[in-house]
Amino acid sequence: MMPPFVMLVDDEAPFVKTMTKRLTKRNLEVETALGGQEALDTLDKHRNIDVVILDVKMPGMDGIETLQRIKTSYPLTEVIMLTAYATVESAIEGMKLGAFDYLMKPCDMEQLMGKVIEATRKKRNHEDKIREAQVKEVLSKHGA
Amino acid sequence: MANLEQLSNSYYRLLTRNIILTIISVSIIPLILVSITIYYQFRTSYHEKVYAHLCELVHKHKQNIDGFLSEKLGDIRFLANSFGLDKLSDESFLQDRLAALQKNYGPVFVDLGIINNEGEQIAYAGPFKLAKANYSDAEWYLQAVRNQYFISDVFLGLRGLPHFIVTVRDTRKGQNWILRATIDFVAFNTLVENIHIGQTGFAFIVNKEGKLQTTPITKPFLDILPGKIIYKDFLNDQTSDPNEIRVSVKPDSKNRKNIYVASFLKNGDWLLVYQQRAADAFADLNKTFKITTILMLLGPLGVVIMAFTLSRMIVNRIARADTEKQLMNEKVVEAGKLASVGELAAGVAHEINNPVAIMVEEAGWMGDLLEEEEFQESKNLAEFKKSIGQIQTQGKRCKQITHKLLSFARRTDGSVQDVDINDMLEELVALSAQRAKYSMVEIQPDYQENLPCLKFSLSELQQVFFNIINNAIDAMEKNGGQLKISSRRKDNYIVVEISDTGTGIPEANLSRIFDPFFTTKPIGKGTGLGLSICYGIIDKMGGKIRCKSSVDVGTTFWVSIPIQAGNGP
Repeated sequence: MMPPFVMLVDDEAPFVKTMTKRLTKRNLEVETALGGQEALDTLDKHRNIDVVILDVKMPGMDGIETLQRIKTSYPLTEVIMLTAYATVESAIEGMKLGAFDYLMKPCDMEQLMGKVIEATRKKRNHEDKIREAQVKEVLSKHGA
Repeated sequence: MANLEQLSNSYYRLLTRNIILTIISVSIIPLILVSITIYYQFRTSYHEKVYAHLCELVHKHKQNIDGFLSEKLGDIRFLANSFGLDKLSDESFLQDRLAALQKNYGPVFVDLGIINNEGEQIAYAGPFKLAKANYSDAEWYLQAVRNQYFISDVFLGLRGLPHFIVTVRDTRKGQNWILRATIDFVAFNTLVENIHIGQTGFAFIVNKEGKLQTTPITKPFLDILPGKIIYKDFLNDQTSDPNEIRVSVKPDSKNRKNIYVASFLKNGDWLLVYQQRAADAFADLNKTFKITTILMLLGPLGVVIMAFTLSRMIVNRIARADTEKQLMNEKVVEAGKLASVGELAAGVAHEINNPVAIMVEEAGWMGDLLEEEEFQESKNLAEFKKSIGQIQTQGKRCKQITHKLLSFARRTDGSVQDVDINDMLEELVALSAQRAKYSMVEIQPDYQENLPCLKFSLSELQQVFFNIINNAIDAMEKNGGQLKISSRRKDNYIVVEISDTGTGIPEANLSRIFDPFFTTKPIGKGTGLGLSICYGIIDKMGGKIRCKSSVDVGTTFWVSIPIQAGNGP
């Protein structure tokens, strides 16, 4: 499997910096963004991002709104919510809006890696299925 | 503090005194007023009744005495008119007449006599030797000559015994003659003597000069015989109706109040007086007064005792209520302080979490770097790794504490709403699905359908079940297992059963799992607040939370939540 391509979105620059180094060391391709809008812009540039690791509480556009927009524009991209303040309500809301899972800061790297790989697999499976369906559609059209 | 205590003591003393005074004043004053009014009315009517009774008594005896005198006068007039001077001058005939009268009336008539114009008794029938007696100078004779009929006062006369005389004057050949009868004093006296009421009531008759005409039963009453001054008042007041009954209350020589009831007899010549000591006449009233006074004293005494007891009880209750109120206020203030501290802690915890996350990540990065070859030869590699591990462990511990603090201090949405318990459990299961998957936990839901909606705060219920589910997954983290979540209705409760096949809780710890800050999780894993929060929430809802556990077998939680009235399926 190709290494997952993730985007880390958090307004805490030192956190983003260190996390990026750690994820990169684990062979992940990492893009970063320090806010919701920046994350959407980055996604526009890198549409092949598999997983977005998204902080919930951010100034300006918060995590929930960013999640909504991502899911609207890129429904196949999986989002793992990351929060310093995990309330049941916000987690449930996130899950309802289509987040893959949620994690609490500071998170365990192995746990995060596990979830990232799971989410990537899910996304790619989904893409494969769509692709297969498209191929079948084309084939069926040709067959017809 | 001592001042405050003194202040509150003096406040309660003042309160007690005010209550006592209020009870006494509203109870005793009306009681006294009513008693005085009733007694006054009763006394007035009793006096009137006694006076009316005495007046009636005197009136009846006046009629009796006047009737007696009229009757005797009538008999003498009959003799004089029927037989004339010639026959009556015959002493044997006169003796026969006397015998006939005595036969009819008993010894009332003592003797009979005929007196000529010169005052000489020309014929006499009777027990005394009074033939030829001369009465020309006697007071009664002078009166008898002047009046056709005459009844004398009581006097001793020639015989030396008390008596009175009834005379009828007639004229023959221009010469006056008089038929005289002597009335027995004892017989007459009996008429008055019989008037006797109570211990001190007696009657007597006086003439216009105030001389006694009867002999009262004086022996026991000698000391109370009225002075002339008393009945002179009556005698001097002859202007009004002579038949009128007069009442007077005056003190006697010993300053004791006496009642005098009087009426004129014999056309105003005599006065019948009834006398009785007021204390004797009103003995029953005085007795009633004494009883009333005793009751009047006992009643207020009871009121006073009740006022003291009641005021003490009331003040004690007020004091207790005040103490409870004060405690409540202190609790409210304390709760307010706690809330402020909680909010402050929540803010601090949130702000701290991000730096802690960075610290943990930095330590993680250091750990990652240590894996590189150049550091593998370092003799302190193990110490570095240990220190980094410690930083990460303590960082996670900080995370746990701040997260619990946040969830403990944050304002949960306490608004009551319709909660479908099955929907809520499904959401929580979905939320925990990923974690369960990594821990190799199989979630087995079993929900009873068509359960009634609960009317409680959704976020509070979520917090409770999320905590229990998380704990269950924690317990099976190492070896995996089954997590059974079921809901069913039992009477007026919805019972949610959550059972795991995890490590279980030792029996010694089972009774302490709901205590705040009790935890058996490793450092950094738990704060010991979760289940105590759950317990608090369910208890507040009026529900129950129960746990059964066996080590290495598993743990089951039963959460019973009451169904509100009117929420039936």
